[in-house]
Amino acid sequence: MSIIDFSEEQSMLLETANEFCRENSTISVVRAQIDKEESVDAELWSRIVELGWLGVSIPETYGGLGMGLAGAVPIVESMGKYLMGSPYTSCILTAEVILSCASEEQKTQWLPKIIEGSVATTALTEEDGNWRLEEISSRAEKDGKNLVLTGSKCFVMDGPMASLYVVSVIHEGKPRLVFVTGDQVTAGRLTRENVIDETRRSYRLELDGLVIPESQLLQGADFSRIEMAAMLMLVAEMSGGLSGVLHVIIDYLTTRKQFDKYIGSYQSLKHPTVQILLSQEACRSHLYHAATQITGNSADAIAAIRMAKAQGAEAFAFAGDRAVQFHGGFGFTYECDAQLFLRRALWCQYQFGDSAYHNELLAPLLLDEVV
Amino acid sequence: MSLTHAELKDFEQQADNWFAENKPKRPDFILPETFMEVGSDQQFHYLRDWQAKVYEAGYVGMAWPKEYGGGGKEQSLQDIATKVMAKHRVPFLPNTIGLNWAGPLILSMGTEEEKQKYIKGILSAEDIWCQGFSEPDHGSDLGSAQCRAVKDGDEYVINGSKIWTSLGSYAKYMILIARTSNEDSSKYAGLSFFLAPMDAEGVEPRPIKKLTGEYGFCQTFFNDARIPATSLMGKEGEGWKVAMATLMFERGATGGQAGGLAMMDLSINDIVELARRTKRNGRPAIEDNHVRSQLVELITESKNNSLMSARSKISALATDWPAAVDMSGKLRSSELKRRMCQFALSLQGANGSRFIGSDAIDGGMWQRSYLNAFSGTIGGGTSQIQHNIIGERVLGLPK
Repeated sequence: MSIIDFSEEQSMLLETANEFCRENSTISVVRAQIDKEESVDAELWSRIVELGWLGVSIPETYGGLGMGLAGAVPIVESMGKYLMGSPYTSCILTAEVILSCASEEQKTQWLPKIIEGSVATTALTEEDGNWRLEEISSRAEKDGKNLVLTGSKCFVMDGPMASLYVVSVIHEGKPRLVFVTGDQVTAGRLTRENVIDETRRSYRLELDGLVIPESQLLQGADFSRIEMAAMLMLVAEMSGGLSGVLHVIIDYLTTRKQFDKYIGSYQSLKHPTVQILLSQEACRSHLYHAATQITGNSADAIAAIRMAKAQGAEAFAFAGDRAVQFHGGFGFTYECDAQLFLRRALWCQYQFGDSAYHNELLAPLLLDEVV
Repeated sequence: MSLTHAELKDFEQQADNWFAENKPKRPDFILPETFMEVGSDQQFHYLRDWQAKVYEAGYVGMAWPKEYGGGGKEQSLQDIATKVMAKHRVPFLPNTIGLNWAGPLILSMGTEEEKQKYIKGILSAEDIWCQGFSEPDHGSDLGSAQCRAVKDGDEYVINGSKIWTSLGSYAKYMILIARTSNEDSSKYAGLSFFLAPMDAEGVEPRPIKKLTGEYGFCQTFFNDARIPATSLMGKEGEGWKVAMATLMFERGATGGQAGGLAMMDLSINDIVELARRTKRNGRPAIEDNHVRSQLVELITESKNNSLMSARSKISALATDWPAAVDMSGKLRSSELKRRMCQFALSLQGANGSRFIGSDAIDGGMWQRSYLNAFSGTIGGGTSQIQHNIIGERVLGLPK
């Protein structure tokens, strides 16, 4: 079914978030933050926390707003539009892991902390870059009442800021999840990774010899749910990013002149720009449709999210690519903002499965059942 | 005073029963898929009879005012009826220009007299309408129309020609754009809009053979054709404004259409189903990996379009470029249809090179559909012009 639900609350969040990010994440702020150690300024982060945004997806029982992941979508979309960096999506994703896999006691312990601004993050991917979250080689071996971890994790976002990590490991032959707390990650275990999107802070986490109590093994291991939540956050970012980069393109096309004409009057630039507009609208439709569907773990929801990721990633990468090209010589420079969006788009494409990967997984879902 | 959920459900059930019972038998000739493809008398009469029957049963024009022949009911009922028609895959209603463009236009801008005179015949298909906008030398560039209308007493004398007049040989009326003046400051200011009778002397529709080898369009010639001065819609010189209002109906940006199926809808499921029963190199096409990935992309794109319809009702999500979704309807759907039909040929192995006839898969309907699909990507402003329009009006890019 082609349903899109968009509540009054989501609508208000979208308006507030767009306004907040427009004011607080101007391009000069984004560029200044790139040179700093963390992905977000501490004062800005505490304002985001005060707005209650960390709790939108978390049920009211734990102090949240109970809107589910669909509540985070308008916020992440707005952040994406203005390239705002922060551990926000990592926190929302980790909260979702806790909600779907942790015990009641762990939920009561950690969810209120996340709402109050404690950074939580995930460590799911490894050196080989495999997108299948259950195909991992890090291990957790039982040793009395403890677990001893081995291996290493990559793309751990905002590592040094985190007070909680959810780490995927093989335990007794099965892929499982464990909590690792900030104080257990001793000095030297985190190394900064050089990644294509400079607004992000990505780390490698060394697990070898790290000992945690057995109680930090999560009871559930719903990797499908984690993948869906992670993809939804990325699609929201891409949808916003598409509209951000389209504004950059339009600004240049309506102010830059060549051969005595605004370059936007040339059809070779105008027509692909319209294609970008339509792909942006398509991405947004898929996004809010997926956000509507994600409450259930149905096959429809999985198809909706994979479709959204596959379509959005292609569209955003194309838009970023054309944005650079349309700026001509200036587009080749670091100073031109087009590169920020292109590099963001490439990050989004290759995290949690690229378009070709998702299209391949969509084929049996869409083609092999009787329609 | 909107209807309750239960009342809507009841109505849906009632419509469902009616269409199940009254769906016409498949004729022994190949049916056209849109009003632009009606090429023979038997096709035309079959479709006109069908529209008359649907109107008599009250399932078209339901939301149009009762005093002019409509049903005087809520739009939601018509939407349901239209959906039920699509579900039963009944033939489309052939008076497309009347139901979707001329009718809504007359209802929104016409005089009381015009409404009394035209609306009922549009709905019952007694009066077929055609469109006279494009000219041989001015396809998408309507503003440059050269067909002349000169006032002479209580008549206008029309000279020139119009092209792509679908149903031209069957139509009783034409919505016509003609030039009443060459002296105005802009080319647009000299245009006027007429509800022109096709039976006037000097009006001659000549069928044009299409790229498929079939008929379906006319070129309509006007040789000193005299039409009553009362057929002018609006004032002299307002033709451009009225034509733009009509095109907004055509491009799907404005509601008010009579409802009912305007064309046989090709769904992506039809293509998937085709891929299950056709073979490439001895194996079902649907098992071919290249075919599978292309199908997934087409399904995603067709999902885009159905989601866009849902989106267009949510104004809070129409933020940065609010007109984008509505203004791009024709471009998105016609391009997708063209590519789906084109792709359908690739599912047929060497049989992809057959044409209409019993040896071809499905009698050659896919080859025919593909060639006919250009009517959507060219008619009503080519896709290239649509890109210009969206770029300029929605994104604010310079001309």
